[in-house]
Amino acid sequence: MTSVRRGSPVRLGSPALLGAAGLAGLLLVIEMLPRLGLVDDRYLPPTSRIAAALADETGNPQFWASLGDTLVAWALGLAIAVGAGVLAGIVIGSIPVLRNLTASTVEFLRPIPSVALIPLAVLLYGTDIGSTLMLVCYAAFWQVFVQVLYGVADVDPVAYETARSFRFSAWARIRHVLWPTALPYVFTGVRLAASVALVLAITAELVIGAPGLGKEIAVAQASEAVPTMYALIVVTGILGVLINLLARTGERRLLAWHQSVRGEVAT
Amino acid sequence: MLEVKGLRKVYRSGSREVEALRDLTFTVDNGDMVCLVGPSGCGKTTLLRCISGLLDPTGGDVRVNGKAVDGPPPGMAVVFQEYGRSLFPWMSVRDNVELPLKQKKVARSRRRELVDEALDAVGLTGTESAYPWQLSGGMQQRVAIARAVAYEPQTLLMDEPFAAVDAQTRADLEDLVRSLWKRLNVTILFVTHDIDESVYLGQRVVMLSSSPTVVQDELIIDLPAERDQLHTRADPRFVELRTRVYEQIQLAKKAAR
Repeated sequence: MTSVRRGSPVRLGSPALLGAAGLAGLLLVIEMLPRLGLVDDRYLPPTSRIAAALADETGNPQFWASLGDTLVAWALGLAIAVGAGVLAGIVIGSIPVLRNLTASTVEFLRPIPSVALIPLAVLLYGTDIGSTLMLVCYAAFWQVFVQVLYGVADVDPVAYETARSFRFSAWARIRHVLWPTALPYVFTGVRLAASVALVLAITAELVIGAPGLGKEIAVAQASEAVPTMYALIVVTGILGVLINLLARTGERRLLAWHQSVRGEVAT
Repeated sequence: MLEVKGLRKVYRSGSREVEALRDLTFTVDNGDMVCLVGPSGCGKTTLLRCISGLLDPTGGDVRVNGKAVDGPPPGMAVVFQEYGRSLFPWMSVRDNVELPLKQKKVARSRRRELVDEALDAVGLTGTESAYPWQLSGGMQQRVAIARAVAYEPQTLLMDEPFAAVDAQTRADLEDLVRSLWKRLNVTILFVTHDIDESVYLGQRVVMLSSSPTVVQDELIIDLPAERDQLHTRADPRFVELRTRVYEQIQLAKKAAR
């Protein structure tokens, strides 16, 4: 295939440029739809009004407090889930008896949607942040736990025997062989868990009325401040993007040695 | 001294039994260089894993300097065939070589010395900060050898270490092993399926039968201590010895049929 070089530094086919153009197109469509009367602007206000509402919100201390509540619930829940998931994954994954003992239980508990636990959460914690935390932990835990199990199972027998032949202690084998092998899986788990945790945090706030962005969305909807509702939804979307970006950057930094990142084939 | 007496290993899976090793007895004197050679699938790796304490034998015993082996013994290092999997890809060359020394609780300054000496001995000075996967196959196996050498073992087990490298690299590595053996006064047990390699490297060659394995024959290699790829391999005595080993291996294969 031959490629034609053009003078401009950004070529027409550049993915970043196309992505930006797509986003701009979407914003334009949302601006135009209500203005042309194709949808009722009570349900979908034009982009410019959502943007104005968003600007208003940034001047509102209540907004920042809610954002803080959501982020705290998200981060705390995620941290607990990652800690518990990694610990349980390593212990259960490296002891075959435990693994077989828990396999069917895990398969039963894992598919239970977190939202099904909302009544229980309300019963235990009311409309407190505890409710949000419980749902976030439950949903995020499985993502991490299952990935760590895969990671532990992926330990190379030759690497493991090498460690044994040099008389590494059990702890050293976990620290120097098992953990580095499982690390890429841990990152995948954390990345998945981070997104799920955000979904659950917003859901809990929305449904239960625990403090946070979700609750603000519900309040905005109830008081018919539709542009504000959309503005808050946009904020949750931006949060999701930032979280994913953060997780990916961290992964790339820490796993430079890993095949999936280094992009070189060892021969 | 390494003593293998009546060693037997049977693999069981469910009701199926596979007898990999039937009855193996041989000894390796301290400072000796012994090659184990046998037809492919004769349980060489099983034997090595039993000797290194990574696998429990079904019967018989292995003793290192009189002490029964029931787990990886101190003062022993193993070089595996799969260098790419034996080295840790998340560590630099230096860290790979140094890690077993840390586990052995060697002081920091001494560790540095040992790592530098070992890497120098295998001709890898200057690659300390590289990752194993950035090196060629032959260089990776050199790192694995350096790791074993830095560990200062009395006994070095090598499990077909050069089966996965190209012929020229292989010749270089053979000479490297000979020179390390002479310099370090270490006991080496070298497992291979390559008859020429066993004669070229060994002071003694132990030939194994097909599975279920017994010792087929033993042969003293009375070639001069100074060996080189060109002249040793052309030496009439070398040809004679390799023919002897070859015949025994053929015999072993025939007996199995």
